[in-house]
Amino acid sequence: MTLSYAEIRSRTEERDRSLREKVMSLDEAAALVPDGASVGIGGSTLSRTPMAMIWALIRAGRKDLFCARSITSCEGELLFASGTSRHILTSWFSQGIVWGVSRIMRAYTESGRGRFEEWSHMAVGLRFRAGAMGVPFLPMRSMMGSDVIAQLPEARLIDCPFTGEKLVLVPALNPEVALIHVQRCDAYGNAQIDGLPFMDIDLAMAANRVILTTERIVSNDQIRRAPDQTKIPFMAVDAVVETPFGSAPHECYGLYEPLFRHLDGYAAQIRRDPEEGVRAYLDRYFYGPKSWTEYLDGLGLEELLDARRRGTSIHDD
Amino acid sequence: MTISTADYTASELLAVMSARLLRDGQVVFAGVGIPLLAATLAQGLHAPGLTILFEGGVIGAFIEPGKLPPSTNEQRCTRRANMVLSSTDVLLLLQRGYVDVGFMGGAQIDQCGNLNSSLIGDRERPTTRLPGTGGGNDIASLTQMIVAMKHEKRRFVSRVDFVTSPGFLCGEESRREAGLTAGGMYRVVTDLGIFGFDEHSKRMQLLVLHPGTTADQVQANTGFELLVAADLEITDSPTERELTVLRRLDPDQLYTA
Repeated sequence: MTLSYAEIRSRTEERDRSLREKVMSLDEAAALVPDGASVGIGGSTLSRTPMAMIWALIRAGRKDLFCARSITSCEGELLFASGTSRHILTSWFSQGIVWGVSRIMRAYTESGRGRFEEWSHMAVGLRFRAGAMGVPFLPMRSMMGSDVIAQLPEARLIDCPFTGEKLVLVPALNPEVALIHVQRCDAYGNAQIDGLPFMDIDLAMAANRVILTTERIVSNDQIRRAPDQTKIPFMAVDAVVETPFGSAPHECYGLYEPLFRHLDGYAAQIRRDPEEGVRAYLDRYFYGPKSWTEYLDGLGLEELLDARRRGTSIHDD
Repeated sequence: MTISTADYTASELLAVMSARLLRDGQVVFAGVGIPLLAATLAQGLHAPGLTILFEGGVIGAFIEPGKLPPSTNEQRCTRRANMVLSSTDVLLLLQRGYVDVGFMGGAQIDQCGNLNSSLIGDRERPTTRLPGTGGGNDIASLTQMIVAMKHEKRRFVSRVDFVTSPGFLCGEESRREAGLTAGGMYRVVTDLGIFGFDEHSKRMQLLVLHPGTTADQVQANTGFELLVAADLEITDSPTERELTVLRRLDPDQLYTA
């Protein structure tokens, strides 16, 4: 659903965009996401997944979220299996190519319990960008002639008014909430992202509310020493939550790589029995721990340190 | 340790034969798996100036041997890169026309080079839902394509169940008429041979056989009638050097088992 420009503007104007401290707990941030909300998820595949926030939403028993992400990995499986989402818009959906086709995605979509709305990767990006730009659509030149676009009534084929060429128009995506994990930000929400930005900057500016999880909260002075590194401005941010290893078992550039052994174990558990396997995983890692720290404890210090060693090795020659 | 050149897996053959198609100086948009491996192999052999783009948002990466990434969106894809940028912006380079070759794997392909990675069976109630396009549709829509895939009859069908990434659609001028005025299928590399597309009908044509295969054998493993080039060539076997560099890249056989 594309919002009118007046609605987009009034939603922005209603927000408290002042320079203020926004640090809160995961639970407090989860309360900012109502049932049925449209949620943009930052990062891509196994990278800078806002896992801690997804963990908190699943634990809070959130229902019927409409989720959109560039590429969806196991967090999509967990959102489906926990009942947190029944509708995921993305370009690619499986844990990762080395683990094969997702048994959970298959089980949910083939039985009609879950919907995987497939757009091309660039189309997802341009939908967020249109949202960030405050325009209702952007034109693009892929998807034409394919069955991908045949499944998408929201995408429109037009003849360009300037050249007469065929073009596809994709509608703006302005999620109610964006969940984004970053390496560091200050208490106001000025966020610095190292490495691959994916679609996160467009997503942050498109969304009507942004929840940042961050590896660490730094001082505003530190942000001001390198303003060229700031990728998301404070006025777009509504919540800041400090969550070390906040993407684990996925990676966070320059700090830790994916926890491959854990992900292999998860995949094997799902392969043996998709529905029971994912339920047992949710019980053990999502519903069981009392805190994010206890969740990390469950992943294990050995795995975390190994992921940290591989992650920081990107800085070596 | 000496490597027997007669002893290689189908995936290794695919990687070597695809790598040979890439030329120094080209800009290649590579998917994960065999394409990434083959492009990295080409860099290590005859194309040190090959620029690899990844849809995660990377320009000019060099993958470290033994550290192959599980997708094109991890930090391993950024090593020694010239630039990282948003996934949207790297995909827009395809649209702007900066990419020479798009290079992908394939699950199912048809006689006009259309690829399916979305679903098997009925659209509303598929028997198998697959992971989807990712950037595949964008790459195939906007640039010249090389596809590397295993040659099996069930993968080479007369018409794919779902056109995820467009080849020449229904053949002849249908791709252009649909609005896709740039790019198109250039080569399909399999473990049996190398294929192009007829200039007019846009149907798949056998151009080159790998050592030890025959045109009859290729046809027997294909679910539609292949065109066969009049001057059918035969490739040289993978060399010791090619296999040595390849095995150093993927020592755990993540993608070459």
